[in-house]
Amino acid sequence: MIIFDNVSYLYHNNKDNNLFSLKNINIDIHNGDFIAVIGANGSGKSTFAKHINGLLLPQEGDVIVNNMNTKDTDKIWEIRKKVGMVFQNPDNQLVATTIEDDIAFGLENVGIDESEMKERVEWALDLVGMLEMRNCEPHLLSGGQKQKVVIAGALAMHTSYLVLDEPTSMLDPKGRREILDTIKKLNRDEKITIIYITHFMSEAAEFNKIIVLKRGEIALTGTPQKIFLQSDEQLKQLNLELPPTTMLARMLSQKGIKIPPNILNKEEMVEKLCLLI
Amino acid sequence: MKFIRNLTIGQYIHKESTIHRLDPRIKILITLFIIITIFLINTWVGFLVVGIYLFSGIALSKVNPKYVLLGLRPLLFLIILTLLIHFFTTQGEVILKIWILSITKEGLIRGFFIATRLFLLIIATSWLTLTTSPIGLTDGIERLLSIFKSIKVPAHEIAMMMTIALRFIPTLMEETEKIIKAQVARGADFDSGNIINRIKNMIPIIIPLFINAFHRADELAIAMEARCYRGGNGRTHYRTLSIKRNDKLFFIISFLVIILAFVFGKY
Amino acid sequence: MLINLKNVSYTYNLNMPFETDALKSINLKIKRGEFVGIIGHTGCGKTTLLQMFNGLLEPTEGKVFIDGVDIHQNKAKLKEIRKIVGLTFQYPENQLFEETVFKEIAFGPKNTGIKDINQLERRVRKAMKMVEMDYSMYKDKSPFSLSGGEMRRVAIASILAIEPDVIILDEPTASLDPQNRKKLLKLIKDLHISFQKTIILVSHNMEVVAELSQRIIVMENGRIVMDDTPKAIFRDNVERLETIGLSLPQITYIMHKLKTMGRPVDSGVLTLEEAESEIINLINKRR
Repeated sequence: MIIFDNVSYLYHNNKDNNLFSLKNINIDIHNGDFIAVIGANGSGKSTFAKHINGLLLPQEGDVIVNNMNTKDTDKIWEIRKKVGMVFQNPDNQLVATTIEDDIAFGLENVGIDESEMKERVEWALDLVGMLEMRNCEPHLLSGGQKQKVVIAGALAMHTSYLVLDEPTSMLDPKGRREILDTIKKLNRDEKITIIYITHFMSEAAEFNKIIVLKRGEIALTGTPQKIFLQSDEQLKQLNLELPPTTMLARMLSQKGIKIPPNILNKEEMVEKLCLLI
Repeated sequence: MKFIRNLTIGQYIHKESTIHRLDPRIKILITLFIIITIFLINTWVGFLVVGIYLFSGIALSKVNPKYVLLGLRPLLFLIILTLLIHFFTTQGEVILKIWILSITKEGLIRGFFIATRLFLLIIATSWLTLTTSPIGLTDGIERLLSIFKSIKVPAHEIAMMMTIALRFIPTLMEETEKIIKAQVARGADFDSGNIINRIKNMIPIIIPLFINAFHRADELAIAMEARCYRGGNGRTHYRTLSIKRNDKLFFIISFLVIILAFVFGKY
Repeated sequence: MLINLKNVSYTYNLNMPFETDALKSINLKIKRGEFVGIIGHTGCGKTTLLQMFNGLLEPTEGKVFIDGVDIHQNKAKLKEIRKIVGLTFQYPENQLFEETVFKEIAFGPKNTGIKDINQLERRVRKAMKMVEMDYSMYKDKSPFSLSGGEMRRVAIASILAIEPDVIILDEPTASLDPQNRKKLLKLIKDLHISFQKTIILVSHNMEVVAELSQRIIVMENGRIVMDDTPKAIFRDNVERLETIGLSLPQITYIMHKLKTMGRPVDSGVLTLEEAESEIINLINKRR
């Protein structure tokens, strides 16, 4: 379990205007959760993500991962084994000259025995469907493939929590789909807790729970359906844009049509409309 | 951009051969000794011994010799320059006179001699890089350097730097091409003007490239830290290196060749 | 005819071991003032095609005519083209290098021959106004001190300052957050309507392409496979688009699905408003 206990964080160059990047964050993330964190630019999403594995330490409050405090210098490496992180730029996370060796990088760092490494590397590559490409050089892969390799690198560490900070922002639609499908599978089959940072409501709609950040604070949490029920004004306040499908549902229900205004996806919409026309 | 994507890192050509399977540490060490030998011997026979050795190695490696010649291309200019300098500046019996320059017999011999030495040096290093993968090279160098850990040689750090550099060369080359195109699209001209202008015109390429490289380094460092990287202490190795029978055999044969080269190579 | 590509083909690494055909026999005419969207799977040749329009690449076969002139006739013609056709690649902020925003935006006009400082200032002011950046506030700032969205706007302004007739944008909203994306799309719309520029837009975002383009070109493996209005493309070619690996705008998908389930909808619906009225009409008819 991951606990944010009254966490606040101030960026050093904001000393003058006392702007907190994170303010009084209190949240529990349970094993097996499939969560999206959404918010406008500057809402603190990335800062939040970096607190989970101790890349940033709170100035107030504590972040506890599996009963270990991120401020504890003895435990930080254990924490980073348990919390894997995927960043935005697929290129700037791959270190080695082949895929295989890149997955092994993390294992080498924590001193895993040679005999065990090979097994873990193969297992991780297989989970993301990249085993045949084990000898490929990173620059020859597509963006989606690169991010899958990064995910595999975390899996090989036997990570329990996977934090992804806007991992699809530089990918094409195909790559985006690849990543979303991969993490869904990992959450479902391997019970890996997913914490997914994004700008886009249409992505967040695919998760079980959404945390909405605004100016460093948690403004709202709930299922996508609950978030989608917010009024136009509230959504504007939170800088959230409904996906086109949900927008249409809202417009129709406002005109009196018997359709739930918080429809999540196209398939649901088609289903509901078929009952009416 | 597609062109660069298809190039493999370094000169490595993958084949299944005895030479490819040799331990990289042995290959690096032997190449070093061969290079030293090439510098020290000074007879044609000595060169011949080394030449036969190197070309047999290439044949055994199943790599197409044309790749070796391709490796010579960038340095062809240097070889020809060396030839010409020696042709025209060595004192002795004049064979040919062109305008105010004269070619001497001694110059010809000396020129070809030095050129052959250069040629062999290039072949020796090409042989190593064609048959050893980038990981093999960095692993081999790291293991060899770690012998000097006691005198604080940062073997791991050097190897890590080499690996990352090799990994990013194609990426940065692609980036350079993109930057050049973007600036040309804004009317930048890299072809005309004198030397000074041309250097000034490089600024719109060099600055974005450096900034790009620094950003990458920054992000990469954070990603590495998130993956528990903390320097070389306590690290294990994914790829194990072990000395096998072939390695020992290769070592002995190479040493015999080196001794032979010295026997015939010094007067 | 403003842009005319005649039988244009392009092969990377011609006659070398890694030869790749990127464009095959492209015949394409674009009129002044058109807004053309180009879509296709990654690697279909979109970016190569864009580089044909401003002469960054010379066709291995075929010719490129801009305003009736063969642009590869000689070097001088090519330089002239850069004044008429402006092109921004993906992540244009990667090209920034100057000490101030002013110098950065003035780089383009300077290269195309504007030396007079007053003229340069006029151009920079105009370009900055177009991208909604306050002149006095930003002109002396270092481009590298700006936020990502601001850097992108500076990069786009640097092309606008050249005052080209044609503006080509390759994935202009890539990686932008929703707010900045909205602003940029509004700018692109303005460029077309208020400033009457000819716009060529490459994007993976179907909603954007459907909404803004008057004409969509679909590419597959180096060829143009469809060339029509957005309505026609998305209404009549769903299976083909799917095989190419392209999706429909969400709203169009919904209407199309309804149609395949036997409902009498017009699946050429692209916007929310159209969908709303179409559905309401059908519900009323049923009653």
